[in-house]
Amino acid sequence: MPEADTSKAGLQLEEINIKLAGHALIDLSLSVSPGEIVTIMGPSGSGKSSLLAYLCGFLAPDFRAGGRILLNGKDITSLPPEQRHLGILFQDPLLFPHLSVAGNLAFGLSADCKGRQKRAQTIAGALADINMDGFEARDPATLSGGQKARVALARVLLSEPKALLLDEPFSKLDADLRAQIRSHVFGRARQKGLPTLLVTHDEMDAEAAGGRIIRLDPCGL
Amino acid sequence: MTNTEKGSLLFRPAPLLALLLMLGPILAGLLGVLLPAFGWMPVLGQERLTLAPFSDLFVTPGLLRSLALSLASGLIATCLAVLLTIGLLAGWSDTRLLRSMQQLISPLLSIPHAATALGFAFLFAPSGWLVRMISPDLTGWSRPPDWLFPHDPFGLAMIIGLTIKEMPFLLLVSLAALPQIEAGKMATAARTLGYGKVASWLYAVWPRLYRQIRLPVFATIAYASSVVDVALILGPTNPPTLAVQLVRWMSDPDLSMRLLASAGALLQLVVTLAALALWWLAERILSHLIAHAIGTGRRFQKDGVIRWLGALFNIAAVVIMLSGLAGLALWSIAGLWCFPDAMPVTLTLQNWMRHASMLSEPLLNALLIGLLSTLIGLLVTIACLETECRAHRTPASRSLSILYWPLIVPQVAFLFGLQLIAISLDVAYSLWSVVLSHLVFVLPYIFLSLGAPWRALDPRFAGIAASLGHGPWSILFRIRLPMLLRPILTAAAIGFAVSIGQYLATILMGGGRWETITTEAVSLSAGGNRRLIGLYAMLQMLLPFLGFLLAVGVPHILFRNRRDMAPTNR
Amino acid sequence: MPMRRKADNGRKKKPSRATNLMRLALSGLVAGLALPAVAMSGELDVRDWPSVLEKARGQTVYFHAWGGGERINAYIDWAGKELSRRHGITLKHVKVSDTANVVSQIIAEKAAGKQTGGSVDLVWINGENFASLKEKGLLLPMSWAPDLPNYRFADIAGKPTLTTDFTVPTDGLESPWGMAQLSFYYDSAITSDLPRSATELLDWAKTHPGRFAYPKPPDFLGSTFLKQVALELAPDPSLLAKPATDERYKQVADKLFAYLDALHPYLWRKAKAFPDNVSSLKNLLADGETEIAFTFNPSDASAAIANQELPDTVRSFSFEMGTIGNSHFVAIPFNANAREGALVLADFLLSPEAQARKQDPAIWGDPTVLDLDSLDEADKARFDGLDLGVATLKPDEIGPSLPEPHASWMERLEKDWTTRYGVQ
Repeated sequence: MPEADTSKAGLQLEEINIKLAGHALIDLSLSVSPGEIVTIMGPSGSGKSSLLAYLCGFLAPDFRAGGRILLNGKDITSLPPEQRHLGILFQDPLLFPHLSVAGNLAFGLSADCKGRQKRAQTIAGALADINMDGFEARDPATLSGGQKARVALARVLLSEPKALLLDEPFSKLDADLRAQIRSHVFGRARQKGLPTLLVTHDEMDAEAAGGRIIRLDPCGL
Repeated sequence: MTNTEKGSLLFRPAPLLALLLMLGPILAGLLGVLLPAFGWMPVLGQERLTLAPFSDLFVTPGLLRSLALSLASGLIATCLAVLLTIGLLAGWSDTRLLRSMQQLISPLLSIPHAATALGFAFLFAPSGWLVRMISPDLTGWSRPPDWLFPHDPFGLAMIIGLTIKEMPFLLLVSLAALPQIEAGKMATAARTLGYGKVASWLYAVWPRLYRQIRLPVFATIAYASSVVDVALILGPTNPPTLAVQLVRWMSDPDLSMRLLASAGALLQLVVTLAALALWWLAERILSHLIAHAIGTGRRFQKDGVIRWLGALFNIAAVVIMLSGLAGLALWSIAGLWCFPDAMPVTLTLQNWMRHASMLSEPLLNALLIGLLSTLIGLLVTIACLETECRAHRTPASRSLSILYWPLIVPQVAFLFGLQLIAISLDVAYSLWSVVLSHLVFVLPYIFLSLGAPWRALDPRFAGIAASLGHGPWSILFRIRLPMLLRPILTAAAIGFAVSIGQYLATILMGGGRWETITTEAVSLSAGGNRRLIGLYAMLQMLLPFLGFLLAVGVPHILFRNRRDMAPTNR
Repeated sequence: MPMRRKADNGRKKKPSRATNLMRLALSGLVAGLALPAVAMSGELDVRDWPSVLEKARGQTVYFHAWGGGERINAYIDWAGKELSRRHGITLKHVKVSDTANVVSQIIAEKAAGKQTGGSVDLVWINGENFASLKEKGLLLPMSWAPDLPNYRFADIAGKPTLTTDFTVPTDGLESPWGMAQLSFYYDSAITSDLPRSATELLDWAKTHPGRFAYPKPPDFLGSTFLKQVALELAPDPSLLAKPATDERYKQVADKLFAYLDALHPYLWRKAKAFPDNVSSLKNLLADGETEIAFTFNPSDASAAIANQELPDTVRSFSFEMGTIGNSHFVAIPFNANAREGALVLADFLLSPEAQARKQDPAIWGDPTVLDLDSLDEADKARFDGLDLGVATLKPDEIGPSLPEPHASWMERLEKDWTTRYGVQ
């Protein structure tokens, strides 16, 4: 396993190709530097969600995929999903319905943060960061759409990811809420210096991301 | 090797184990009747392969009528139960009626078939409860009329009795499948095109729903065409159905009748398969007819009569079942209760008191066997489903149909053979052989009821959890199992109820040494004492009912502050 | 099928005895090296009763007996408690719904080669089930019953059915337990005119259409009804004691089926349906559907009154010429695990104390097999004090006990009955 190489900070995708039933969906190489947000745009069926699934390590076996994924210079291609340190947000917040808000954040909070009191403080801090002080015991089902989205982001950030993958995370939000959440997410990603890959079919998202835009054809790049 | 792979390896034998547990005993058991059917039974001095048992079988008086009855009861009862289910779902989806039916029906599933049949018989017999209620005031009868019902020669009583018992099963299976096929949206779409409520549902939802519940329907046909206890209580007697005939031969003091019985067991298998084949044929024809009807574009907007008929028959079925059970409950506390009294002259707890001291052993045995087989069944099922999840594999429909084998092959056809093999291996009569034989029936039910919700769980939850740094075990124990707690407990309650209801397997594999509440109930019902039958039917319901209560109550308490864990939202 | 059963007799093999002897000899040899005194440990000598008792202590006896009667179950429960208290034997009552299933189980064990450690130690049995087990060599292959200490009280001279079970000699392979005789009952509040013979029964049925039924043969009681009528209609009842040759059979069967042809239109449900067994018959009377029912245990009706299953106006009656009677027994299968314990239980069931308790209608009401004159005063007093119940006929009222016909009659009658009436 290669040593982490600081000169290669960020997320590198080398000759990633994904095929479904012999049909090429994705074929791309890309480098995302820390704090950079790269947007991948394409209509449905263009394979952009499959790309994120491949990066995370849970692509269905029907797909055939190849290529190397490097995170801060370390090859993570064959690592199991839980060891890749890639945080992902989907269009649904997917808060675990059986856990409280604090339970959801605790599930995200890295195990390196030890001690009950310290963990509780960290979680309280994370809630304060998203203007949701005192929401620890709440049932996630009772939160508003915007609150859910913010908790989902806080949960990902608590797991201390080394890169952020966004799978159309704003598409289900109301127009005014969308802008607010979007700037919140992008702001936090830049603040933490995370290389970020955004997948969307919304031009507004791409514009707001303010970074490079890669467009996918319906039948591949 | 990564952790993920190690975890998967541990589970990899699970599907094979499940298959072995379910199919091994059936195949072994079938072999055990195959040889005697062709005249091979050295213990009786029969050591020559011959077709004589079959030629004896085919000259049995009334055999054709018996076969016709078995076929008809399997097909007609299932057909009626399916029609009832359609009537309720098509006409009354998203209504209070459907919701209250659902709540009423769930506990009814745990009631043993025999108890339902006895309740039905007592309700409708000429000396039964209904006639008693209106006699002699309305009818002028001081003696019961001489009507041939139940036991009518056309098997109507048996068919109706089976229908009202199978309807709850099919309805619950359908209700479980509906969310998976987005039934609501499809039906609404059809209604916006101007189709009536019933027609919308039939055109847009039913074909997809039927694909989901097809195997349970097959299991119902198989069950109804080979059932013994219900046919004994309600069915015709001259001649009875093939399954009843078969059990009689099996217990004839003339031992050479065992050969005839074995040949009959194979014939029963053929009859059941024939019923399935006929159904399959009808399926083809009907799907063409529906396609044709859709092609005409008629909207069928005036469907009020159909809807109300559907409601009426469904309510009638539930009311009949509940009043039959109420009748049994009343018998368990009845003193002298003669015709035409609508109520017993005296009520007494004498029966309950007298039996209280003898109940602990059968109750504890039933509990032990039920818990063990449910626990093993649950572990094997979860291991199978988890293997599937970790391999990101979707189930092939062929492996699914194998799950139904134990429900389709008639019990009488293979349990006797299985006993023989267990004795040869010197493992008969032990607790574990009883538990394993129960597992043959418990496992498929657990698998079938847990499989759908497990597979329906959004895989992105596991994805999120993994990206948050959690390995497969943590995901299993902290995400999947808690999120699926409700369906897991429901599956366990169903499996437990199935185990509690097992009679033949308990008797044959336990050699009568593992006395359960059900074996007690059946042996006491041989004495025909309605008070005891009522008492034991109540007790037979008790354990499964407690199981269902826990399955509903535990998640309710654990997740009382978690709205999205409520049953309607999952 | 019956023909084949008879044909088997000739080529019945007995390999097991030789191998058992061999095994016995071997085990004796091995034991002989260490402890010469117990060389014959596998052998069973009933006459050495103290050693039987000693070996039985600590054993668990699985007694397979019909479990459909709660009073019977309670009686067996009592016997178990006594057995445990007196002899340190644990009794487990395996409640069976049909004795033939026990026969199946023993066959299955034999087929699987289970020569020892069988699941059945003692079985409640008589008639065809006994004949089957005896014929197939599935019983403990020795005459043990006459050597039981309490057997000396059994009324062998006065009750021929104790040594001839449905015309099959018991050969000491089963030990007597109780007596049975067909007896009829009715509700005296509803019915007053009673038929006292099969012929009168036909006339009675014509005036009370739909109010009489008999269980469907081959149910035990249903078949007994056929035999009862056949005995009465036969030109000479002694014909039925001999094997049913074609000629003899025709003389009896023609009359019997003519009788049934005449009776059936007046039966319950016009003979389009039949009750299953003795208990369905009782329920029909309790529900007022029929007016006359019958049973093999003369105290059934009294017991049912005590249980509030029948009104207390129910009474019994019998036919003038008498009714068919028989005995029931307990037997030990060839591979019984607790043979000594089973012997001790069989002996206890035969004891005057257990027999008197069994005859008490408040407990069970099953008539004794003992000769009361052979008992000492104390034991005799146990019987004299019994109140048999309002609906139980006294020995002088029930009439003579008629012998069961030869087994071949049953087979032919049941078969012909099914052909004629089994399908309608």
